[in-house]
Amino acid sequence: MSAEDSSDDGGELDLGLALTLGGGGGKEAGTSSVRSRIFTAFPSASSSSSSSTLSTANASAGTKRSAHSVAAAASQVVGWPPIRAYRMNSMANQAKTLETEEFNAIIKKNRSKTNNNDTNGSAKVRATLFVKVNMDGVPIGRKVDLHALSSYETLAQTLQDMFQQPTAPVTATRSSIQDDFMEGARRPSTVLDGSSEFVLTYEDKDGDWMLVGDVPWGIFLSSVKRLKVMRTSEATGLGI
Amino acid sequence: MNYFPDEVLEHVFDFIASHRDRNSVSLVCKSWYRIEKFSRTKVFIGNCYAISPERLIARFPGIKSLTLKGKPHFADFNLVPHDWGGFVYPWIEALARCRVGLEELRLKRMVVSDESLELLSRSFPNFKALVLVSCEGFTTDGLAAVAANCRFLRELDLQENEIEDHRGQWLNCFSDSCTSLVSLNFACLKGEINLAALERLVARSPNLKSLRVNRAVPLETLQRLLMRAPQLADLGVGSYVHDPTSDAYRKLKDTMQNCTSIRSLSGFLEVAPRCLSTIYTICPNLTSMNLSYAPGISGAELIKLIQHCRKLQRIWILDCIGDKGLAIVASTCKELQELRVFPSDPYGVGNAAVTEEGLVAISAGCPKLHSLLYFCQQMTNAALITVANNCPNFTCFRLCILDPMKPDPVTSQPLDEGYGAIVQSCKRITRLSLSGLLTDQVFHYIGMYAKQVEMLSIAFAGDSDKSMLYVLNGCKKLRKLEIMNCPFGNVALLEDMGKYETMRSLWMSSCEITLGGCKTLAKKMPRLNVEIINENNQIEFNPEDRQKVEKMYLYRSLVGPRNDAPEFVWTL
Repeated sequence: MSAEDSSDDGGELDLGLALTLGGGGGKEAGTSSVRSRIFTAFPSASSSSSSSTLSTANASAGTKRSAHSVAAAASQVVGWPPIRAYRMNSMANQAKTLETEEFNAIIKKNRSKTNNNDTNGSAKVRATLFVKVNMDGVPIGRKVDLHALSSYETLAQTLQDMFQQPTAPVTATRSSIQDDFMEGARRPSTVLDGSSEFVLTYEDKDGDWMLVGDVPWGIFLSSVKRLKVMRTSEATGLGI
Repeated sequence: MNYFPDEVLEHVFDFIASHRDRNSVSLVCKSWYRIEKFSRTKVFIGNCYAISPERLIARFPGIKSLTLKGKPHFADFNLVPHDWGGFVYPWIEALARCRVGLEELRLKRMVVSDESLELLSRSFPNFKALVLVSCEGFTTDGLAAVAANCRFLRELDLQENEIEDHRGQWLNCFSDSCTSLVSLNFACLKGEINLAALERLVARSPNLKSLRVNRAVPLETLQRLLMRAPQLADLGVGSYVHDPTSDAYRKLKDTMQNCTSIRSLSGFLEVAPRCLSTIYTICPNLTSMNLSYAPGISGAELIKLIQHCRKLQRIWILDCIGDKGLAIVASTCKELQELRVFPSDPYGVGNAAVTEEGLVAISAGCPKLHSLLYFCQQMTNAALITVANNCPNFTCFRLCILDPMKPDPVTSQPLDEGYGAIVQSCKRITRLSLSGLLTDQVFHYIGMYAKQVEMLSIAFAGDSDKSMLYVLNGCKKLRKLEIMNCPFGNVALLEDMGKYETMRSLWMSSCEITLGGCKTLAKKMPRLNVEIINENNQIEFNPEDRQKVEKMYLYRSLVGPRNDAPEFVWTL
């Protein structure tokens, strides 16, 4: 199973999105079908979604996106760009390793001598990183693509949408990240103050269960194996 | 021709290798059919669900070499759910049960279990070659069984598979008396391996011509391996990290100088900058180079390396080489036939690593170029027209502009004219992939000119059903058509249903076809399997015919609907 869309409502995309894409030069009919194809092609999040919501170009009061995020949206389309999953995964793993200290040392040593005209040799490939998510009391687990998210905030938001429990707010982060979270939160029910019923935990590569939010996002990504939304009462020994 | 004894005809048929030619031979008359049937040793099955193992064995009882392909091509890009199918076990089980003298098995995009590998290893005493490409479902335990039981193994070639690594001692499982290895490729394995076992294996394999190791094999080991196998023709390097001042570096340099047979180089799965000068001695002899898995090599280093490689015929590379680097390739590699440029940053915005300029330079400098896979940020009509004029010999032309539906940045026009020039000029194109902003017009050109095209991949293109109709009507040799995110619907799908029986398969995802359309097709064409992939229960319990179908895969089959389809696959 892949991560579920919060909703496959094509109307979430702004009309402006279509106009900023390269639809110029075509005939009128051509442009509108390009536009409608965009709405089909870019559902609100990753994974396949029904194209039955092929919409007319109805703007909605939803999220506005710049042309920049079109490319980000493109990365949400499953199957594009057409690069073998094996290649994407292997480049992502190599990119991770390139971050190790040993490499940085070697690269730094040579950086001053290297010709700077070439692009940075290290590959930046955002492959998918699907991890399983289970929630106490919910028999069916889900999967979430962590590489499609940028921060603990978006992770908490995604999980909130996924398990649709507005009455049981999820404690997603801790300490300072909590403050950013409170400011950015569009849904007050995700606010955390330790009094909520659930906490978000993860299993790291050593098999230990940790509370989410203690380490920088990048390090979290490199060690997380799976997630669990635990009842606070069950999450003993995790240092709450 | 009945006055030739069978043995003479058999001998003549021995010279006919191509399966298509052999198919033709078997249609001449009954006795030719019979003789060809018993003498056929190599069989290629492009879709494992088009025929059953039993019928294969009945048709060609003497089969020794089998090639099978499973999942549809778009499975490579995560479009096909994990448990869709493509299991090899029933094939191995049937071949074993019927005591077929299997010697070679080549699989692509199939699910291979450890159980299948174990059965394979125990059932065919003369088994010689196992090639697995883009497969999954097995672990190093399965490899251990193959190593242990296939005493005459010549080839174990694992390309881009997802293998669960149990960090076992599978390399140790090759018996000491196994000395027949010619080709060993385990570059895609993720875990540690027993380096001593590898060294011993290489030492006792005098016929070893091809060795591709994984990341866990460090440079020191590589040097020792090369010492033992100076006859290698194909080398895949694992980890290439060393300190230029070290002893290991000096030793490697010396050893490399003796490796005069190496013609093909790949790997560099981990590489430290400025290590590549040790490779320069073998560069002048290289005909094939794959550095597309080596993100640690900078554009500048790539350029320096390429300048030593005048004989290259095949290059797979990352776009960090840049347009300037491609110009260097164009001026250095005059023998170039196949070029693949992969993106180092597929989701990046505005990082113009390679553009149309690089491709134009290559087309101008490399007259023998006939196969291209090119990922880039942008393309212009003018560039494509120039490329078409420079290189009329393309057989495989695959262009991927990373930003879907991007027009010509100079003129803001669709790229119809550019691709039109390509198909008009390159009369021998058999494989074509399109991208960028494209209207119905480009398909009009394709239908008109691309008469030899056998495989066509389309995404985010066309305005209406007309596009698909142009292709179905015009491309007489079409075998595989795969379409994603295009506005093609039932009218196009149902216009010429008989066409699909002349093709291997059709894939359509995120198009406009409906359940009703697919049902109609399935009803009228009993020899097609029309499969709907219904993930996430998009189609509810009582689906309506006018509901759109997200993913459809249809293929011709002699054996009807398959019995191993998972719940989410409906065969209509």
